[in-house]
Amino acid sequence: MDFEDTATEAAFRAEVRHFLEANATRRQAGQAESEQLDVQASRAWQARKAQAGLAGILIPTEFGGRGGLPIEQVIYDQEEAQFRTPPGRLFMITFGMCIPTMIEFARPEDGKRHARAAIQGDEVWCQLFSEPAGGSDLAALRTRAERQGDEWIVNGQKIWTSYAHHSDYGLLLARTDFDAPKHGGLTAFFVDMKSPGIEVRPIKQIDGSSHFNEVFLTDVVIPDTQRLGAVGDGWKVALFTLMNERVAVGRVDGPDFAMLVAGLRDVERDGRPALAHPTVRDWLARSYVLSAGQQHTMSRVVTALSKGRQPGPEASVLKLVGARQLIDTAATMLDFMGPAGAISDVDERSDGYFQDLFLRATGERIAGGTEEIMLNVLAERVLKLPGDMRADKGIPFRTIGTQAAAGGRP
Amino acid sequence: MLSGTAALPSELWAEIAALGWTGVAVPEQYGGSDIGFEALCLLCEEVGRTLAPIPFLSSSMAMQAILMAGAPDEQDRWLATLADGSSIGTLAIFERSGDPAPDAISARVIDSRLDGVKIAVPDGTAADLAIVAAKQADDEIGLFVVALDHPSVSRRSMANIDGMRPQAELRFSATPCARLTGGVDGWNGVEALLAKAAVLTAFEQIGGAQACLDMACDYAVKRMAFGRAIGSFQAIKHKLARLFIAIELARSNASYGAWAATQSDRGQLLEAAACARISASEAFEQSATENIQTHGGIGYTWESDCHLFHRRAKLLAVNLGSTGYWSRVLADLVIPASDREANHGF
Repeated sequence: MDFEDTATEAAFRAEVRHFLEANATRRQAGQAESEQLDVQASRAWQARKAQAGLAGILIPTEFGGRGGLPIEQVIYDQEEAQFRTPPGRLFMITFGMCIPTMIEFARPEDGKRHARAAIQGDEVWCQLFSEPAGGSDLAALRTRAERQGDEWIVNGQKIWTSYAHHSDYGLLLARTDFDAPKHGGLTAFFVDMKSPGIEVRPIKQIDGSSHFNEVFLTDVVIPDTQRLGAVGDGWKVALFTLMNERVAVGRVDGPDFAMLVAGLRDVERDGRPALAHPTVRDWLARSYVLSAGQQHTMSRVVTALSKGRQPGPEASVLKLVGARQLIDTAATMLDFMGPAGAISDVDERSDGYFQDLFLRATGERIAGGTEEIMLNVLAERVLKLPGDMRADKGIPFRTIGTQAAAGGRP
Repeated sequence: MLSGTAALPSELWAEIAALGWTGVAVPEQYGGSDIGFEALCLLCEEVGRTLAPIPFLSSSMAMQAILMAGAPDEQDRWLATLADGSSIGTLAIFERSGDPAPDAISARVIDSRLDGVKIAVPDGTAADLAIVAAKQADDEIGLFVVALDHPSVSRRSMANIDGMRPQAELRFSATPCARLTGGVDGWNGVEALLAKAAVLTAFEQIGGAQACLDMACDYAVKRMAFGRAIGSFQAIKHKLARLFIAIELARSNASYGAWAATQSDRGQLLEAAACARISASEAFEQSATENIQTHGGIGYTWESDCHLFHRRAKLLAVNLGSTGYWSRVLADLVIPASDREANHGF
């Protein structure tokens, strides 16, 4: 494993650092960053990166990107994380999932047009996949697309659609055949979010903020030229998109070690400073071990990328470990604070960061693939354990049961 | 063999030595191949995977001590025979229950003669030399190399949960010894040696943990219950996936530890070693326990190999100090000094 850059990587890192030094300010260790999303600032930051040739690093040059290597994207992300910049998550789904799918499956002229627009910060994309009937079981989706000549008429409802309310375009997965088996009746499209018949309703989340939405589609018209892949091949397109999602959502952002120490500096436990208490010190050390494990796992991934190899299955552990740790960290920090742990504004120095995190963190085990599904994937793909028994394989979609057995619980 | 009194399987040891394993991290001038510390780590992983009943880890730790701190004449005296496997070395640090601490060392060296009793010395009955932690006349702790064939040394094989890794009590009575003077002095030197030993041990632990996971997965695919392979039940597959996660995190920490062991920054080595040790101990203990659980009743029998790993996992998790000890070492390193000062007075 390598813990140092090659000469080319070091040169790229220097270029990135030069750009960031000139355009942003450095983060202070132990300081919480604002979680507020400023859409205009995010778009402007994307445009500034594009000017410097540091946007769309992984996108081929003929599509307006830098045509760089995965290792360069990692280096850019590592460096940007040390600076105060508008949160990149507004464009996470755009570049992590949608644009790669467009490049792979859309007509080349559409791929080029939208890739360029996104790189410039002019287009934000969302992914219209999950539905009330299909989250973890995505292929259970019921939104209907019916062909009428050169157009498709779409009716249905999507949910958990991140940033749909800020999006210009969306990737859509819909059912075009209810008589085919579940995975065989799906088709993928891209859709203008300003199309008539699209209604976006923000969902108020656990912490009161609204990052995702319900999206209602009523007689939405999509030209057949906006179909991605063949009719009935939607699942193949979705797998391509989700494969990219694993990379995009693989990292979990949370407090660094200095923030934990800072958060405990004024806390007392058993009549002594918490930071001098053996229980607290043991927990901090174990938290450090877990973070180090993730950081060095990232180094293994980076080493593989740096040598032009695909990362091994170790990459899939990062989200699982990070999400669990985030929840445990928030809950334990509040425990250590005692009765004040439930209070967000104890004094004028309080920023309520860990109280907010306590709520926000619960979503990390669900978003981008639930913990349970990801453990299944790990067990089946990496450990080669057999799949679960299923009641939805090889039969027409419309005959799959959707209601629990009558009677329910006694 | 599990009785703990079996003689060294000399054929296997001779073969390992002939393959050059024992000399892989020893300079060529002493007959080693000098491939490096990271290669040694990978060999430790293999020993852990196969539960090979050989003193590979013990002898490697002794070689690391002599390489780290031995004066040239001590290196000349010992390294060649350790590197070709004709001598076996070990570490003798501990004397009683409880985690490593300077106060827990009573062995004493006066005028190059050692008195004291060491316990839980791995492969102590087979070893030709031991690296011993002892106090000198001025109470300063040092590391000493001791030839164990001297008549003043008495040895007792200790009953041990893992008989395949024999443990011994060594009694020294005015035993001649030589101080390792080239390294860091005092308890810091012992800590640095324990850190290198912890990194090597982490690789052995990861090898053992991976073997447990492989066994459990093989069994979960073959074993049928309720008309299906038990590996198709999420209760089993999620359990095994979590072991995979624990092992990969430990592997990442251990890999960093292997790199840090070749750098010159003592704090960095200690920090990396603590992370490697804590995560590898936990990964191996969890894997060994859940391997038995996945096997069900058969895993609880003498004839299954599951218990051999369960024994080894616990032995390795305590033999260089518990995870609690290493957590304290790490906390002292990573919680900033200004906050550590608040610790004074407690």
